[in-house]
Amino acid sequence: MPPTTFNAVLLLSSFLFTIGLTGVLIRRNLLFMLMALDIMLNAAALLFVAAGAHWHDATGQVMFLMILALAAAETAVGLAIILALHARGRPSLDADTGNLLRG
Amino acid sequence: MSYLLPLLVFLPLASALFLFTTAGKISAQTVGFVAASAIGLSALCSIVLAGAFLTSAPSTPLQITLWEWMHTQEFSADIAFALDPISLLMILVVTIVGFLIHLYAIRYMEEEPGIARFFGCMTLFVSAMLVLVLSSDLLCLFIGWEGVGICSYLLIGFWYENPRNTAAARKAFYMTRIGDAAMLCGLLILATSTGSLQTHTVLTALGAGTIAPQTLTAAALFLLVGGLAKSAQIPFQTWLPDAMAGPTPTSALIHAATMVTAGIYLIARLHLLFAAVPLVMMLTAIIGALTILMAACTALVQTDLKRILAWSTISQLGYMFLALGTGIWQAAVFHLMTHAFFKALLFLTAGAIIARLHHEQDIFRMGGLYRSMPGLTAAFLAGAAALAGLPLVTSGFYSKEMILSSIWSAHFPLAPLFLPLAHILWGMALAGAFLTALYISRCVFIVFFGPSRTAASGSTPRLMAIPLACLSFLSLFGGVIEMPDTLAPIHLFTRFLSSPFPHAEEPVWLVLTGGSVPIAGIVIAWILWGRATPVMQEIPGQSTIIRMAKEGWGADALYDFLFVQPFRFLVWLTRHDILDYLILGIGRMTRAISTFFETARTRSLTLFSGKTILFLHEGDALLARFQNGRVRWYAAWIVAGLCAALVSGVVS
Amino acid sequence: MNTLALLSGSLTLLGAIMVITRRVAVHAVLYLVVTLLALATVFALLGAPFAAVLEVIIYAGAIMVLFVFVIMMLNLGQPDREREKEWLRPRIWGGPALLSTILCAELIYSLSTLPQQTDSFSPLSARDVGLSLFGPYVLMVELVSFLLLAGLVTAFHIGRHRMENR
Repeated sequence: MPPTTFNAVLLLSSFLFTIGLTGVLIRRNLLFMLMALDIMLNAAALLFVAAGAHWHDATGQVMFLMILALAAAETAVGLAIILALHARGRPSLDADTGNLLRG
Repeated sequence: MSYLLPLLVFLPLASALFLFTTAGKISAQTVGFVAASAIGLSALCSIVLAGAFLTSAPSTPLQITLWEWMHTQEFSADIAFALDPISLLMILVVTIVGFLIHLYAIRYMEEEPGIARFFGCMTLFVSAMLVLVLSSDLLCLFIGWEGVGICSYLLIGFWYENPRNTAAARKAFYMTRIGDAAMLCGLLILATSTGSLQTHTVLTALGAGTIAPQTLTAAALFLLVGGLAKSAQIPFQTWLPDAMAGPTPTSALIHAATMVTAGIYLIARLHLLFAAVPLVMMLTAIIGALTILMAACTALVQTDLKRILAWSTISQLGYMFLALGTGIWQAAVFHLMTHAFFKALLFLTAGAIIARLHHEQDIFRMGGLYRSMPGLTAAFLAGAAALAGLPLVTSGFYSKEMILSSIWSAHFPLAPLFLPLAHILWGMALAGAFLTALYISRCVFIVFFGPSRTAASGSTPRLMAIPLACLSFLSLFGGVIEMPDTLAPIHLFTRFLSSPFPHAEEPVWLVLTGGSVPIAGIVIAWILWGRATPVMQEIPGQSTIIRMAKEGWGADALYDFLFVQPFRFLVWLTRHDILDYLILGIGRMTRAISTFFETARTRSLTLFSGKTILFLHEGDALLARFQNGRVRWYAAWIVAGLCAALVSGVVS
Repeated sequence: MNTLALLSGSLTLLGAIMVITRRVAVHAVLYLVVTLLALATVFALLGAPFAAVLEVIIYAGAIMVLFVFVIMMLNLGQPDREREKEWLRPRIWGGPALLSTILCAELIYSLSTLPQQTDSFSPLSARDVGLSLFGPYVLMVELVSFLLLAGLVTAFHIGRHRMENR
């Protein structure tokens, strides 16, 4: 039996994705939502790498790099927004009050 | 010698960067000195290059690749410069005329607070223009093409406090942008069919016949649209007169001498490509001829001095397009050169006059200026004579004569046999020459002769007078390097371009006609406006046609109606969230109707309508709950949708 | 070998679950680091050492440092912990968890319909990735650089705004 099979990795990836999704849904704190988003991105990255290994193609890892860059940009902007919100007197970082900032 | 080529481009660029970064920290004199000296050094470089080029063996284009921009399997592009006769001529014109204009602008713009911004943009423009003319790769050319566009935008809107100026800048930008998009399309078509945008690769592929004729036609058509927009030809002519909102040196440099000739240069550069598509050639010639007449007629009724010159620029560019369309690109480039001299001269002189008359631009409020400013009068007369093409003594005569006499014997393969298209175009060009002489003489007679109406003040500084003198000399004698056979067999210019120019048989009467028409125009203008008791003080009666001509034949209004208003309507729609209104409106309407029913009908109906109201209310609340701005709810709905989609995918 | 794979996979899942259930942000970040390191092991087992190294260096290194910095700047304390506890009641997380469970079940079901296949993962070196990255995907690299630039500018802009408002 080989060390890992493609199906097992797919399974792992979908579990990871679901956990991240659950995190986004259940947490009200923006900081935790951002972390959960990172978990979801990692699940997608795992899928790319696994697919690249399965078909023996470097494209999978190229896409992994793209996801890495995307995650970096997302985290930077998200954390900047969190800091800005925190500085504007909303220390709770509650995602559910974001709708009051209309206009 | 090859290191001079990048230096030529980088000197103005470096000076632009320097001026932008030190804006506000150094004095106005230093700013002007830095900019003018950078352009002056560039001019020196180009003169040295020209000397080296002329003494070296012919047909050895100087080629230098600075950087491999991108290199993939199907496509490659470089930042590469090449020096061949056309681009050598262009860099000479750009740097020398540019240098004179910068010299002039040092004093002219002295009092401006934004002088660093002005000179930064001007030098940036010169470097972009040099990139445009020097690059041997069409993609690199496109960089310069966009660069001159953005500099033009910045300079037209230089006095940005006035909304009219920014509107003019935006208009110029949009109009040329249409052409830029078309040109990009043309370039992409060429790139996909040849795999490279190197000029010589494209032309080699053309010679080998590997490009399909339809592709070629499409590419030529798109490139033509790009050139038309940049050179303000029909139907893109509306932006150039408005572009006069910028400072006068800008008008002289960008909107008369150099940038607007980028379209001419592009087509002359790719003349082999265009020559392979007779349809586009014919189109070019016809558009050029129409533009000559349209713009000349418009210039005849304008009252703003700078606008007259702007329309005359459009008309002269029309000559160049006509020449390009008939295949005599050498004549077009020749006219480009002489036009750069005399139009820059005219604009600079007009700027000096306007500055001394306290920013008065209406020619009917000037008059008798030859008494108070004889020097400027002489300079303007030199420019006007060259524009009108006064025979023998001006450069404009030789270049225009070259175009006129070559059109007569031109041949259009696609024109119907019974239609002597070449002769018709010749007639139109001749009429254009007559009108040119007429309107510029009108301008001269009204502005410089007759009773004086405005008091002039001050005197023209020497730093401004020197460039005017140089340009006057060039406009008068810059044309003797090429003459018709009937006068003297001097063909330095066409030999310099080192391509066999088909010197058609030029009958003597052709040259005579070409020479006598401007004189006729001047004489008639003298009868109409020049005598002590002029026949026409102003165009009598503002009849509809004159008003239309004054406004540029209503093209602005037409474009406003066709393109701007629908777009504004769309913007209005998006801005007011019409869908929301619609839903709300329908809800309100239904409610109103239900209320009406409630009061009007019996009790059962009241109950029913009450239910309806309740139902709508609930639906409204439900919808409002969906759109609550809470990101987690949105995420949850996305997940629910995903679940549903997966279920349907798995089940089916 | 198989044991290592199982261990790292389960560690990944465990870490992820811990991340989304912690009340203290720093703890969550530490668990996230654990998750990422375990995931890097999975990458290495999949024959992607380059990706594994990048995961450790960039993700577990750089991006997590960002998180830690921001948590330090937020200056969270006891009240935040209490609030998190209040926000994490079963009534609140019940619905979303149910939704996620349904999604997970569906995913597993659709995965089970795939044919079982055994394959060995031969390693793809950094050289292969580099050749691919700067060969056919060079335009994508440019696009990603644009994206990073945009992220940089945005973060700077938002941050600067905050400074001015103080």
